[in-house]
Amino acid sequence: MNIDKKIVDDLVANEVSFVTTVPCKQLAGVIDEVDQRDGIFHIPSNKEDEGMGLCAGAFMGGKRPAIIMQNTAIGVTINTLATLTQFYRLPLPMIISYRGELREPVACQVEMAVHTKALLAQLNIPTYHFHWQKDVEEFDNILKYTFMCNKPVAILTDANFWGGYGDQ
Amino acid sequence: MIRSEILKEIAPILKDQLIVCNIGIPSQELHAIMDQPSNFYMLGTMGLASSIGLGLALAQDKTVISIDGDGSVLTNLGTLPTIGNNMPPNYILMIIDNGSYGSTGDQPTYTGRKTDLAGMARAAGCDNVVEVQDKDTGAALEKAIAAQQGTVMVVKCDSGNAKMPVITLDPVVIRHRFMEAVAK
Repeated sequence: MNIDKKIVDDLVANEVSFVTTVPCKQLAGVIDEVDQRDGIFHIPSNKEDEGMGLCAGAFMGGKRPAIIMQNTAIGVTINTLATLTQFYRLPLPMIISYRGELREPVACQVEMAVHTKALLAQLNIPTYHFHWQKDVEEFDNILKYTFMCNKPVAILTDANFWGGYGDQ
Repeated sequence: MIRSEILKEIAPILKDQLIVCNIGIPSQELHAIMDQPSNFYMLGTMGLASSIGLGLALAQDKTVISIDGDGSVLTNLGTLPTIGNNMPPNYILMIIDNGSYGSTGDQPTYTGRKTDLAGMARAAGCDNVVEVQDKDTGAALEKAIAAQQGTVMVVKCDSGNAKMPVITLDPVVIRHRFMEAVAK
């Protein structure tokens, strides 16, 4: 199974047509896939809160948005999630590379990893953790759930899910 | 002129346009001067008016005017390259540059010293950047709406705020009626 293709197929099937991204090594393949799809407008952001602003505007303009980013972004975007996305009840699937989990080679990434789920829980953000490749089967249902309830929803995808870091 | 005087003067031009308005006193002033369903008031999240407006302009064809401030643009400077590289023809970013953080007590921003927002916007890739003095705002805005070529306006004016009530509209109501205005 090509995970990148599966994720983007599910986005398209759920009429997500506006995707903003802040890159991560783990997400490079899915970002490439997003960029190549005709049905998706891909707009890279310089920072994740900026991306959430873009997504808010796109949703109010009639497009279903999504953001792709690292879990370190949770530290950057708490105010935006609370006072924009949640306060105005805007749906936002957040496809997040969960750095600092099993098979992570960079120690500093663990420092935000240990806070990630606690912060999401504190914000009452529905959170799903993809650890095995088969977990991606739930992605379609998560997208439907997100646009049903008009909330930000986190999908944490760790290194094991992406197949590790090769030789590292 | 201060910001509220500019908003009063350009209110007839803003009527029925899709407006995304900056957090704090700018939204309170716009709300008091001319509330309408097509005004999206930011009640929180400093800095994102320009991003919300860009996303909205990219998602549909109607003209979108973001009313932003120098302090808010400075807090989200990454917005300028994103706008510069993705500017749709129907987007106008109007930065009311009064050289101060108005909502927090008029502390000076760096645009009142050496920093040039219009120059930064140009360097970020924005092709149509106009600098106007407060009294010329209306004419410049009408020109930008008619041009439909994506414009960043930097409006230089005096620092100061009008005393206006806090917006008590529920955010979901603001969003709902705004989306109805977008879809109309």
